[in-house]
Amino acid sequence: MTIENLQENLIEDFSFFDDWTQKYEYMIELSKTLDKMDESLKNDENLIKGCQSKVWLNADFKDGKINFIADSEAIITKGIIAILLMVFNNKTPDEIIKSDVSFIEKIGLKEHLSPNRANGLYSMIKQIKFYAIAYNKK
Amino acid sequence: MKFDVKNIREDFPILKKQINGKQLIYFDNAATSQTPTCVINSISDYYNNYNSNIHRGVHSLSEEATEAYEKARGKIQIHFNAKHKEEIIFTSGTTHSINIVSNGFLNLIGEGDEIIVSGLEHHSNIVPWQMMCKKTNSKLKVIPLDKNGELDLKEFKNLVSKKTKLVFLNHVSNALGIINPIEEIIQISHSYNALVLIDGAQSAAHFKIDLQKLNVDFFTASAHKLCGPTGVGFLYGKKELLEKIEPFMGGGEMISDVTFEKTTYAEIPHKFEAGTPNISGVIAFGVALDYMNSLGFENIRQYEDKLLKYATEKLKEIDGLIIYGDVKNKTSVISFNISGIHSYDIGSILDKYGVAVRTGQHCAQPIMDHFDIPGTVRVSLSFINTFEEIDILQEAIIKAKSMLS
Repeated sequence: MTIENLQENLIEDFSFFDDWTQKYEYMIELSKTLDKMDESLKNDENLIKGCQSKVWLNADFKDGKINFIADSEAIITKGIIAILLMVFNNKTPDEIIKSDVSFIEKIGLKEHLSPNRANGLYSMIKQIKFYAIAYNKK
Repeated sequence: MKFDVKNIREDFPILKKQINGKQLIYFDNAATSQTPTCVINSISDYYNNYNSNIHRGVHSLSEEATEAYEKARGKIQIHFNAKHKEEIIFTSGTTHSINIVSNGFLNLIGEGDEIIVSGLEHHSNIVPWQMMCKKTNSKLKVIPLDKNGELDLKEFKNLVSKKTKLVFLNHVSNALGIINPIEEIIQISHSYNALVLIDGAQSAAHFKIDLQKLNVDFFTASAHKLCGPTGVGFLYGKKELLEKIEPFMGGGEMISDVTFEKTTYAEIPHKFEAGTPNISGVIAFGVALDYMNSLGFENIRQYEDKLLKYATEKLKEIDGLIIYGDVKNKTSVISFNISGIHSYDIGSILDKYGVAVRTGQHCAQPIMDHFDIPGTVRVSLSFINTFEEIDILQEAIIKAKSMLS
């Protein structure tokens, strides 16, 4: 599926929720689906700065595609990571660079995008794009 | 006067605001206090009626603005009981004030000298001293905390010596609300001829401070924690010390004579007030102090103590909730975690219930390291809060806990 298709699916999934509690419960569920990140990868190099809760993001480039693995101390942040990885994992650098991230707003998680929230969503997206740019040059 | 919270809340228009469809419950008073109508009005009154630059114009408007600005200085002098009006320097806030002192001493401190800060400090009272120590080759020493988060006075007595030139600490810890034994620390420091700066950012809103009685050398507070506007604060310094230290900001207002060869600084307080200050903010700061005095600091303290006691009991009813710095001597701040849950998650969910709290490290990473935690949820209560709001907080925390565990 393309990044765009995946985003549309997510927007649809989230549109069924009547209120924030359902949305948050779903994110908490999603947080549990994340692949376990090896403790050795939770190092300073992979730490995303500027987050209230620690977020680690690691990327691997294989067969032209990027595989991300990430974790956080906070469960809601982990839910957000799960959403991002659903969209960006296993995609080519070019696809990631060209992708639009306005779906975050459309699924009603805009509040987490504000730099004030400092939960790292903003920094995570930036870091994902940085990785894509770096691997694109390879 | 009866302390009627219902009436007092009417003075704060923001309390009518809805957040996520819920009535706002503001428990982030230690980050910034809310603003009463009289303070808001004083700002618009200034711009509507006498906006003008101060200390310069011969025209009536400028005189009116200058008079109001200087009157505010007088109000602050009286409220904090400084000996001289010129000992009150207006700044952009506590951080600015601390930097005036840390920079002012650059030429007076050197190798072999020692500076002591407390382990309970906000980053704003750590970083300027680290910068200063680096520039002067002096040494920074830290008063450690005991297991409850209180300063270890015994250790302080070991640290302080004839080499100690300056001691800096906050009156009340922003992260935990612990009230530090500043009277004792000032006395001990003075017996070694060390000067003391007290950061009153978290104390000035909770009790009346008598600078002459404290015999402190420098003191600072921010208006926005005292029902005033942001971007204004003051630095108090004993007259002879302020006259001795160098200003670090040059510009207009702070000079008496300028040629390209040499500048003679103005007298204090103007020596430290370079540039056009936040005139309306300073005036509004004075109005805010009047407002708080009309409620009575003793009344405020008593009411906040009751709120703190009630909230502490209510929160302790929640299974797995750990309070940090739960000591006898504290202001109305509760810093907590729920075991197994990150503070950020609790804060995000509380926000959905309209409850505003602070989460994270509270700009005090060393304190978090002391307890070996990534952060806390901080509930900071003030006289605008009610017991009902605390009940709602308890319910919201319980709901958040069940969602997150």
